Amino acid sequence: MRKLLVLLAVLSLGLLGFAQQSRLDVVKQRGKLICGVNGGAPGFGFINEKTGSYEGFDVDFCKAVAAALFNDPNKVEYVALTAKVRFNAIQTGKVDVVFRNTTVTTSRDGSVGVDFLPVNFYDGQGVMVRKDLGVKSVFDLKGATVCTNQGTTTEKNWTDVDRAHHLGTKLITFEDFSRSFDGLLSGRCDAITTDKSGLVGWKAKAPNPDDLVILPETLSKEPLAGFTFQNDSKWRDALTWIVYATFQAEEFGITQANLSNMLKSTNPGIRRFLGVEGTLGEGLGLPNDFVARVIKHVGNYGEIYNRHLGPDSPFFIPRAGSLNAPYSQGGLIYSPPFR
Amino acid sequence: MTEAGPTVPFWKDERKLGIIFQILLLLAVLAVLAFLSYTAYRGMRARGLEFSFAFLFEESGFLISEGVTLANDGGGWIFRAFQPSDANWQVLLAGLINTLRVSLTGIVLTTILGVLVGVGRLSSNWLVNRLSFAYVEFVRNTPLLVQMIFWYLAVFNKMPPLRQAGEWYGFILSNKGMAVPWVATTPAWAQFSPFFYWGLYLWIGLWLVRAVWKPPRWLYWVVPAAAWALGLVVAGQMPVSLSTPVKQGFRVRGGALLSPEFSSVLLALTIYTASYIAEIVRGAIQSLPKGQWEAAASLGLSYGQTLRLIILPQALRIIVPPLGNQYLNLTKNSSLAIAVGFPELFNVYGTLANQTGRSLEGVLIVMAVYLSISLSISAFINWYNTHVALVGAAR
Repeated sequence: MRKLLVLLAVLSLGLLGFAQQSRLDVVKQRGKLICGVNGGAPGFGFINEKTGSYEGFDVDFCKAVAAALFNDPNKVEYVALTAKVRFNAIQTGKVDVVFRNTTVTTSRDGSVGVDFLPVNFYDGQGVMVRKDLGVKSVFDLKGATVCTNQGTTTEKNWTDVDRAHHLGTKLITFEDFSRSFDGLLSGRCDAITTDKSGLVGWKAKAPNPDDLVILPETLSKEPLAGFTFQNDSKWRDALTWIVYATFQAEEFGITQANLSNMLKSTNPGIRRFLGVEGTLGEGLGLPNDFVARVIKHVGNYGEIYNRHLGPDSPFFIPRAGSLNAPYSQGGLIYSPPFR
Repeated sequence: MTEAGPTVPFWKDERKLGIIFQILLLLAVLAVLAFLSYTAYRGMRARGLEFSFAFLFEESGFLISEGVTLANDGGGWIFRAFQPSDANWQVLLAGLINTLRVSLTGIVLTTILGVLVGVGRLSSNWLVNRLSFAYVEFVRNTPLLVQMIFWYLAVFNKMPPLRQAGEWYGFILSNKGMAVPWVATTPAWAQFSPFFYWGLYLWIGLWLVRAVWKPPRWLYWVVPAAAWALGLVVAGQMPVSLSTPVKQGFRVRGGALLSPEFSSVLLALTIYTASYIAEIVRGAIQSLPKGQWEAAASLGLSYGQTLRLIILPQALRIIVPPLGNQYLNLTKNSSLAIAVGFPELFNVYGTLANQTGRSLEGVLIVMAVYLSISLSISAFINWYNTHVALVGAAR
């Protein structure tokens, strides 16, 4: 009995102490970042079958955070999350931050209770079908069976499209998108729907990619961003500016290759940005050279994009002319000034 | 009694000590519960979340692939297919109905299959005996989830596409599911339905008054038949007709459709649970004294008669309690259906929790519902158990 009481007291003290400390300090003390990612989204977060490690656009943002904090992009413990449990993982504090192709929405920011980081990929929902169906448009899918995965914005978006155009489709939601993809190949699903970037990745994985066709319509706005706890602005600020740093580095033209030259730059803006002078990092609870660390280990936004989604990758998603281009080229990738 | 014995201090009085420990234990349990709730509350507060069930009455806004729910069609509450404009409680109800649909069907089928295989295990026919043995050992020793996914991916998804699917007497088997002819209501149903339901209510009424007044047997037939006949006259034409499925575009119209998701869950649950029931039945039969078989044989009863009249009625008393456990397992295992996308309660909860952010509230509801289903099954099995036990004792 007494032991039990002592145990309870210790537990509650532990929890109380835990609740008041910023996650930034917790992560620093721990010496590694626990990052939630997608385990099966080709191009964004997946396990490379050759190397056995996590790779992808989203994964690189986990690495950027680890680089900023520890000067080592490998001090990350990855936790593969399904769409369904990703918010619980933050609500319960199991992971520090999630970069898992997640759409920013009002209800997620509000009632689900997470805080979003800057949008790092502008996407939209699309539909993929087998070519032999002869379907040319989403509106040809009257009465079709459409599959997607659970716990995503796609469920509601598709429902909205279905209701608005009286399509009378049947929506099957699986826990895992790979089952939807299997369903498309076997014919159980006439169409599958998710973010277009995701469809590109899945199409590339098909035994015969030319048998599949992504329909032209974009059904929704899907701004994808990382997210973390509500009510921990110190941690969120640090993460926010690490993401912005990759945008700003591209704008300044700082790359992994020319970083050492740029560190010698006389431009005061660049010197401040890279932490050669000033104390921009300190105010965020980060090392002053956190930007330089991020660029050294991970590179700028354009480098991250090209590494995973560029023309040389199997999951090519054209960037020029899209919303993911830098703002100077008509896109939406824009960082507030580092000052 | 009246003599004043030596006063025993309470810490040496076993009876009082017992009570004190009971109270302390209760307090400890309550303290742990309070601590857990408080922790959850603090955690939610710290992250700016609130605890509320108001979300149940908001519009759900998402489709589920199949399911009926209770809805107000303007004139009254009826069961109809779930629509995304329905509220969140209605989608949970649709999930619950799907859970019950697959579980209750599964319970009936698995009992039949289980008893057959259990008896087959003891058969003197070598082939039947070995097949039953192989069935039990193979099915019991592979995980249910794997079997469910096997049925879904390797069997039902491998059916021919709808365009190439063959038709046999109105049956269409394709990778969109199995379509079967089914009764459908015609416009005359509107006039007929009150008579239909009143016939049903009167029939149930007759059953209920049995304790007070025992109606003659023919009344059970005549009352509903009369009500329905009157309904037919009023409606003037057949209120139901046979609807045969027809291929149309992406799907089948008419008839009833057993979706691949439903079929694979039902089949997996039935086949898996039957392997356990078979063992229970075999154990119960083998536990009966050999003399029962010999006595029956000396009376000249055949194998089938012995089984039906002597062995199974006695074995039933041993079978019933563990059988109830299997029914509970089957029902709870239906929550694995999420793996193949069948929208039962737990699957629907997953979507709902994610769309509304109400994970804790939702999971509490889901747990309460599973608990109620399980307790109802338990209560029924216990009632049935006392029933068969009493009959046995009276013999």
